[in-house]
Formats: sequence, structure tokens, C-alpha cells
Amino acid sequence: MTEQVSTQIDQEISQGGWGQLKKERLDPIKRYSLRNPSLIVGLALLLGMLFFVGIGHVIYDTEQFRPLSAPTRLGPTLSHEMRDGTTAAFPFGTDTQGRDLLAVAILGTPLTLRIGLIAGAVAITLGTIAAFVAAYYRGFIDGAIRSVVDVGLAMPALLILILVRINIGRELSTDELGIAIGLTSWVFPARTIRSQVLVMREQAYVELSRLSGTSGMGIIFKEMLPNLIPYITASLVGSVAGAILASIGLEAIGLGNLSDPTLGMTIYWNIQFSSITLGMWWWWLPPLAAIVIVFVSLFLISSGLDEWSNPRLRKRV
Amino acid sequence: MTEQTEAINSVPKTKGSRSVVKILLSILNHFVIRRFLFFIFVVWLASTVIFIIPRLSGQDPVKEKLLLEAQRGGAMQTGLDEMAKTYQKRFGLDQPLWVQYRNFIGDLVKLNLGVSIAFFPRTVNDIVFESLMWTLGLMGTVTILAFILGTLAGAFLGWPRRPGWLQYVFMPLLTLSAIPQYLLGMILIFIFAFKLGWLPLFGGYSPASLPSLTFEFVVDVLRHAILPAFAIVFSSIGFWAIGMRGMMINTQGEDYMIQADAKGLKGARIFVRYAVRNALLPQVTGLALVLGTIITGQVLVERVFSYPGVGDILFQAIRLSDFFVIRGIVIVIVLGIALATFLLDVLYPLLDPRIRVRNS
Repeated sequence: MTEQVSTQIDQEISQGGWGQLKKERLDPIKRYSLRNPSLIVGLALLLGMLFFVGIGHVIYDTEQFRPLSAPTRLGPTLSHEMRDGTTAAFPFGTDTQGRDLLAVAILGTPLTLRIGLIAGAVAITLGTIAAFVAAYYRGFIDGAIRSVVDVGLAMPALLILILVRINIGRELSTDELGIAIGLTSWVFPARTIRSQVLVMREQAYVELSRLSGTSGMGIIFKEMLPNLIPYITASLVGSVAGAILASIGLEAIGLGNLSDPTLGMTIYWNIQFSSITLGMWWWWLPPLAAIVIVFVSLFLISSGLDEWSNPRLRKRV
Repeated sequence: MTEQTEAINSVPKTKGSRSVVKILLSILNHFVIRRFLFFIFVVWLASTVIFIIPRLSGQDPVKEKLLLEAQRGGAMQTGLDEMAKTYQKRFGLDQPLWVQYRNFIGDLVKLNLGVSIAFFPRTVNDIVFESLMWTLGLMGTVTILAFILGTLAGAFLGWPRRPGWLQYVFMPLLTLSAIPQYLLGMILIFIFAFKLGWLPLFGGYSPASLPSLTFEFVVDVLRHAILPAFAIVFSSIGFWAIGMRGMMINTQGEDYMIQADAKGLKGARIFVRYAVRNALLPQVTGLALVLGTIITGQVLVERVFSYPGVGDILFQAIRLSDFFVIRGIVIVIVLGIALATFLLDVLYPLLDPRIRVRNS
């Protein structure tokens, strides 16, 4: 099979068909992006934002995210005369505690995404394992996992996190926060993936594999998991969005790490110092815009992935 | 599929009330009782988790809080010994674990959530239930409003014979649904309260007015509720619209739709009685699933608006590390969600004739 393809490519190259090759390779992508615009737009939004953040990391002094490293309550300005006579630029302004808000935005955005990614990875890993154990082995184990999941769905993750955080009694680092969120949010993916596995285990190819003597583990890893990857990817994106939502919520209610400049902590300081009534729009607008872009792009990506993993959704009006 | 249409056709409005009573009784026999037992199980397991979490960390939030207050000195210091004693006695913290557990569950059964640390000697029940009125009042109205508006929007969006301009409403709705409610709340505060000054900036009622049942006070409360309500409605309409649109699209290819069309029924009738009627049911199940998200979302909205509901109390309690109030709020919310899910499940057969038929 691969030989065939490579000889075909060789032929094209020997015919001087670089342009043709490019056309044949890129055309499907172009066509797919026309059919599934939300995936492309979502990815473009997210990558675009990361691109600007990356540039910021390289060319901007991000050390000024700490309080008291800049004058306080400064609107966005490109030439502010400092006390020592030099001029400094604060394109995003500063807050009431003297943080440079551009530095906060550059550091905070990837930090929040990082919490989401860690939590999403933990949640999906645990959820997938629980789903496979429950759906493949059935019986008592399935019943136990299902009741844990049902109870977990009745207990909002944010509340459990608040209880855990209060009892730990110290501030969590951003990575610990991510892991904690992941540990409390695996039940929803577990539930949805379990129902997918249940459908899948009745499929003919799984049946065939079982009849031909493949072991349980073999069926799970060789037959089921590869087929579930699109679905798992889609739920990963959903989990990341949920985890970011939870982390911002936890931080906004005052349980975040006070020394980290994440988007949620910036929202917390905004509420704490009522920046809206102070008229300091430059303080709340950037984190808000960043959060909106993150959620909208994750939402678009996940509906795009849905279309990819579940072709039945292609039935459009 | 034919089974389904038959089931729907077999429950016309003409049936006598006696058969309805009979159906209800038979449902009560198996379904409701089973569901109620599961409700009890969920509440028990959840409260056990709530009991275990503090014991896992190996720290005693009560003692820590008391120590903290002692270090700070100030007005609390005089009551410290008395408080410590009260807590030791009240919760039997020196007793073996299973006795503590038994007491905890026993108190829960009696709906006794303990005493606040920060607002000693006020009870947690007192504090939580006072704020719960505000939360339930706002959330009840807003959730029902969002459900109706969102479902309607989704029904039209998933209808092939809708007016063409409607499809341009869909994208903004989707975008709104991706924005957390409290952030939408901040934007609304900025525009309508700060810039335009039409509505109050924060709170549940004006600080100058005293809660009473006068016309002015009611208007005042409503004016304060508008912005938080819109923040929640706007961001959840999209969720309902997406779900309903998907279900409407799924009904398109169904046999009963083709049959309705073939019978020459009017479009409006097919829309209401055939498409919407069938697409609506999963929406109700969806309501049960997202209750938790709705309530935690609202907790944060209340924080942003300093609305005197559970969210604001929760924030105060976290700031004062008032463990028993925090635990009380968690228990009340979990209980509320479990109860609401139970009620939705029990009422579901009344909406879905298929399940009603299967149960009887």
C-alpha cells in the first residue's frame, strides 16, 4: 500500500509535477476547511492569540507583572514620564497595585491555558480508563462506576474544589490547581465515553476480533481505542474548556494563587478593587477579551471536531 | 418508529381522568419509588464525600480558624474558649470517627447544618436559607426564561421552512453561549450601570431601603435583578438553542414527519405537534444534566454583582474561612440539584407517553 503511494508520488515528481502534488495534497485540506469552517476558524483564533502572546514573551519585559513594579492606575499610554525622568510605555495601562497589565496579559493567557490542558488531560485519561473498565467488563464494576459517576454529576466540581482547597489550607500552584480540577471533572467524559464504548463493543469488527481470540486488552487497545480517538479528542477540548471555566471561577471567588498573574486572578483583582466603578476599562477588558477568545475558539474547535468524529451531524438544514 | 407514533396517538386528550389516575398509580408502584431510593443514595454518598474530604487533609479547619483569630486578637478573642468548647461538644471532635460520622449524618437528616464560626452564634441554616431565597428567586425565573426562549429559538433554527434571516441569529447565539455568565455580567454592568447609569451597579436592593412588601421595594428589587438575570439568560439561551436545533434536525427524516406532510397538514401544525413535541423531550433531560453548571455559574454571577444570594455568602465565608458555612452551602446545593433531578425524572413520564406506556 505505502509502496504504491510512494511510487505514485515518485512518478509525479519525475513528471515535474511539484505544483500538481501540492495541489493534490492541499486541495483536500482546503475543501475540508470549506465544509468545516468552525474547526479552522477556532484553530486560527487560538493559534493567533498564542502567536501574539509568544511575540510578547520575546520582545516585552514581562517581569513587571508583579505589584508595585509600575506606577498605579495608569491608563494605556506609550510615553509615561517616570519619576527618574525617563519615559516608559504601558500600552495596556497599569492597575491599582502597580502591575503592568500588558505583562500580566502576556504571562496570564498561557498560564490559564496550561491549567486547562493539565486538567483536561487528567480528566480525559481518568474518564477514558473508567469508561473502558466499566463498559468492557460490565457487571458489578460497571454498576459501581456508574453510581460514582451519577453522584459526581450531582455534585458540581467547583463546590468540591472549594471544599478541597479550603481543607488543604494553602495556596495551590497553577499545576496543582490543574491536577485538582482534573481529578474532580472526569465523571462527565467517563459517562459519555462509556456510552460510546457500549455501542462499539457490539459492532461487528469487535465481535470478529473477539471470535478470533484477541484478548480483552488487545481489543481495547487495537480495535476500540484507535476508533475512539476522534471522539476522545473532541471531549478533551470540551474538558479543557470546562477546566478553564472552573479554574477562573475558583480564582474569581478568591481561591486562586494570589501571586500568579492568570486570567482568573486578574478577574479576581478586578472584582476586588471594583475596577468597573473606577472606570478602569483597560484593566478588565484584556483578560475578558482573552477569556472570550479562548472559550469561543475552544467551542468552535469542539463543534468542528464533533463534525469530524460524528459524521451523522453532517446532516444539515 | 411506528410503535412511537402509535404510542403518541394512543394518548389522546379524550381519555377519562380515571385512566390517568390508574396510570399515575402504576407509575408510583415501580418507577417513583425506585427513583426516590436512588435520590437518597446520591444524597448519602455525596454527604459521605463531604464528610471524608476534610479528614483526608489531616487538618482541622475549625481549630485553624480559631487559632488564626486568636493570633489576630481583637473582638473575637473573648469568645474563643466558649466557642472551642461549643464546637468540641457540638461535633464531638474528640470522639471516634464513626461516632462523628453518625452525628454528621444524624444532623443532616434533621437538616441541621451547624453553627457559623465567623458569625457565631448564628446558625448556618439561618445564614444559608436567608440567602437561598434570593438565589432561588433569581435562578428559578431566569432558568425558565432561558429554557423557553432558547428552546423556541432552537426550534425555529432547526426548521427548514423558517424565514431566511433567522440563520444570522445563530452565530451570535453560539458565541454568547461560549462566554461565562459572570463575564457577560461584567460587560453588562459596564454598559448599562456604569456608562448609561440606567440600572444599579450592584446589590439586591438599594442600601438605603429596608426589605418590606411595599411597591417601591419590589420595584427596587426587580431593578437590581435585571442585569444579573440578563447575564444568565443571554449566555444560556445558546445552550438550549443548540440542543433544540439538533433535535429538530433529527426529526426531519422521521416517518411520522413524512406521514404528517403526506396527510397535508398545515406547516404550523406539523411544526408544533409533530416536530417540536418530539424534539422537546431531550431538552428536559438536558435541564436535569446542567442544573449543577447553572447553579455554580450563578454563584459567580452573584459574586460579580454582589447579589445577596448564596454566591455572595459563599464568598464571604471563604474570605473569613468559615468552614461550616461553606460546607452548609455545598450540602444545600447538592441536595437541591439531587432533588430537582429527582423531580424532573419523576415528572418526565407525564411528558413522554412512550415511557408512560412502558411503565404501565
